[in-house]
Amino acid sequence: MAQTLFEKIWNKHIVKTINDGPSVLYIDKHLIHEVTSPQAFAGIKKRGLTIFRPKQIVATADHNVPTINQHLPIKENLSRIQVDTLIKNCTENDIELYGLGHPYQGIVHVIGPELGITQPGMTIVCGDSHTSTHGAFGAIAFGIGTSEVEMVFATQCLLQTKPKQMRINVNGELKKGVLSKDIVLYILSKISASGATGFSVEYAGSTIRNLSMEGRMTVCNMTIEMGARCGLIAPDETTFNYVKGKPFAPKDEAWATALNNWKKLFSDDNAVFNEEINIDAADITPMVTYGTNPGMGIGINDFIPSEKSFHEKEKPAFKKALSYMGMREGEAIEGQKIDYVFIGSCTNSRIEDLRLVANFVQGKQKAADVEVWIVPGSKQVERQAMEEGIDKIFEAAGFQLRQPGCSACLGMNEDKIPAGKYCISTSNRNFEGRQGAGARTLLASPLMAAAAAITGKVTDVRDLLN
Amino acid sequence: MKALQIIRDSFVPLNMENVDTDQIIPARFLKGTTRDGFGKNLFRDWRYENDNEQKPKADFILNKPQYKGSILVAGKNFGCGSSREHAAWALHDYGFNAVVSSFFADIFKNNALNNAVLPVVVSDSFLQKIFAQNKDVTLIISLLDQTITIDATQETELFEINSYKKECLLNGYDDIDYLISVKTDIVLYEKELLK
Repeated sequence: MAQTLFEKIWNKHIVKTINDGPSVLYIDKHLIHEVTSPQAFAGIKKRGLTIFRPKQIVATADHNVPTINQHLPIKENLSRIQVDTLIKNCTENDIELYGLGHPYQGIVHVIGPELGITQPGMTIVCGDSHTSTHGAFGAIAFGIGTSEVEMVFATQCLLQTKPKQMRINVNGELKKGVLSKDIVLYILSKISASGATGFSVEYAGSTIRNLSMEGRMTVCNMTIEMGARCGLIAPDETTFNYVKGKPFAPKDEAWATALNNWKKLFSDDNAVFNEEINIDAADITPMVTYGTNPGMGIGINDFIPSEKSFHEKEKPAFKKALSYMGMREGEAIEGQKIDYVFIGSCTNSRIEDLRLVANFVQGKQKAADVEVWIVPGSKQVERQAMEEGIDKIFEAAGFQLRQPGCSACLGMNEDKIPAGKYCISTSNRNFEGRQGAGARTLLASPLMAAAAAITGKVTDVRDLLN
Repeated sequence: MKALQIIRDSFVPLNMENVDTDQIIPARFLKGTTRDGFGKNLFRDWRYENDNEQKPKADFILNKPQYKGSILVAGKNFGCGSSREHAAWALHDYGFNAVVSSFFADIFKNNALNNAVLPVVVSDSFLQKIFAQNKDVTLIISLLDQTITIDATQETELFEINSYKKECLLNGYDDIDYLISVKTDIVLYEKELLK
C-alpha cells in the first residue's frame, strides 16, 4: 500500500498497538536539557528503575545558561542548581553531556543536526516543543512533556496515537530578500496558530527542495507553532551532503547501508494525505508579526487587520494582543520603532543565518538607540563565525556577539527584554511575556531583523539590498 | 496517579482562544527541580500587576471571587506553544481537575492526561453554551459515561477519549506502568531491528 514519508518511519518504529488505543513507538534518539529533565530523573529514581538505554540519550545545557562569561559559575542560584542537577544526573546515569565549556555545547536543536546525531528515518524526542526542527532530515521528531521523558528513560518508548497527514507544497522561486523564515511565517498567517493541530505536516515542492538544510530546519522548527505534532521533509542529496562527515554520522560501510535506506524515505505517489495545501512562493514577501501568537503575521507592506475582519469568538484575543503590543488596527507595520534586536534561537542561529546577517551589515552601523544581541546556536557556530571573521563585522556594526544558548527567545536567563520595549526577533514565539514580562516581540527573518537594527525601525529589507 | 471518575463542580470561564503555556506558567518559573508548588504562579502575569502578589488584576477571572471551582473552561487551542509539563502541574496544583475546550494543543493534552487533569473536548456550540451560563452553574463530567452536562439546563454532550486512556484514568494507572509491562516486547523489537 502507498505510504507517506511519515507512515514509512512510523510503521517501522511500532513495537505494538493497543486495541482502540495508542501504539508503543520506539524512540531512536532522546535529547535532554536542564529544564525539563530533573523531575523525570527523580521519577525514575523514585520508582527504583534505571535508565534503559543511556547510550541513546544526549544532553546539553541551553535554556538557562548565561550568554556572557560562560567560564564563570552561573550567578543565578536556581539556574545554577538546575544545570548542576543535569551534570549530576548525567554522570550518575552514564549519559553523554555537552555542558558549558564543552566544544559541542549549544541549543539542543542546533547541536543534534550539526553533530550528525540527527539522521533520516529516525524517531527523535526531546522535552522541548521545537524538536520538530529535526524533521528537516526526514525524521519523526516531536516535543514531549516531562512524564514522557521519564517514560523514554524507563523504556525507550512512548505511547502515541498516529496523527493525520497533511502536505504543504511550496512551489516557485522566492523573491529577493525572502527567506525560509518568511515561508513559515506566511504559512502560519494563512492557516493560523492552530491550523495543523492533530496533523503531521510534510513540506514538499520546488521551493522546499531548493532550501539549504538550515532553511529547512527553520521551516520544520516552527511547524509546532501551527499546532502540528511534527513537520518533515523527505531527505535528498542536500540532506545526505549535510550529514556526511559529521562526527556521529555513519562511516564507510555503515554510510553506504544508511544511504541506501535513506533513499527510500519519500511519500509514495499514491500516498493519502488528509489535507493538502498549495502555496506559490511568488506570493511571499518579508513577514513580520504584529500580535501575540506566531499566526499573527503580515507582509511588510501590509496593514494590521481590523477587528471586524475577525469572528466574534476571536475578537477578545485579537483586542488583547493589540493592546499588549501597543498597536492599532489598520496601521502599517513598516516604520514601527524597535528597541532591541535578537538574532538567535533554535529557529535562526545557525552559521548560515549569521553569514547572511554579516554579509548584509558589513560596512553599516546599528541605529544609536537600538541594542543588538547575536546569540549563536552552538559553540561550533560561534567558532566558525570567528574563523570567518564574522565576529569582527558584528563588532564594527555595534552588534554584540554573545555565547551560545536559548537566551532571549524565552528569557529564562538574564537576557530579557524590558517591559514595554519592542524587540524584533528571529525566534519562534511572540507570546505575551515570552522575552520578559511585558516585552513586545515582533518575529521576523534574520535579514529583516538586521535591517531593523540598522534603521531602528521595522524596515523592508529589500529597500536596503543591492 | 489518582483515579478520576466524576467531577461535579462550578467552573471558571476563561473566554480566550490560543491560551499558550507561557501564559499558564511563564518561563522564569521553570527553574524548579521538583513537580511541586507551581500553582501559585499559574497565569502569573495575567493575575498580578507588575509581578506583585499584593496587586491582583481585578479584571482577571481567577481574581474574581464569584468564580471558583475545579473546572477551567477555555477557548479553542488551549495549551499551545511550549511543551512544558509545568503548565499541567500548575493547573493541578492550583486545584483544577479538568479543562474544557473545543480543542487542545497536542502536547498539552498528553501532559494533562499524565497528571490527572482531564482535557474534555466539546463542540464549539456546546462551549459557547457553557460560556453563556451564570457563574454558579455546576458542570458534571462523567468519565465513565464520557458525558459533560450543564446541571442547570441538563444539556449534555458526549466527549471522546480512547478506551485505553479512559481505563488508565478510571483506575489511576500511568502510561509508564503499561510501558514497563511490555519491556519484553521492546527488547524483542530491538533485536529484530539489529538483524
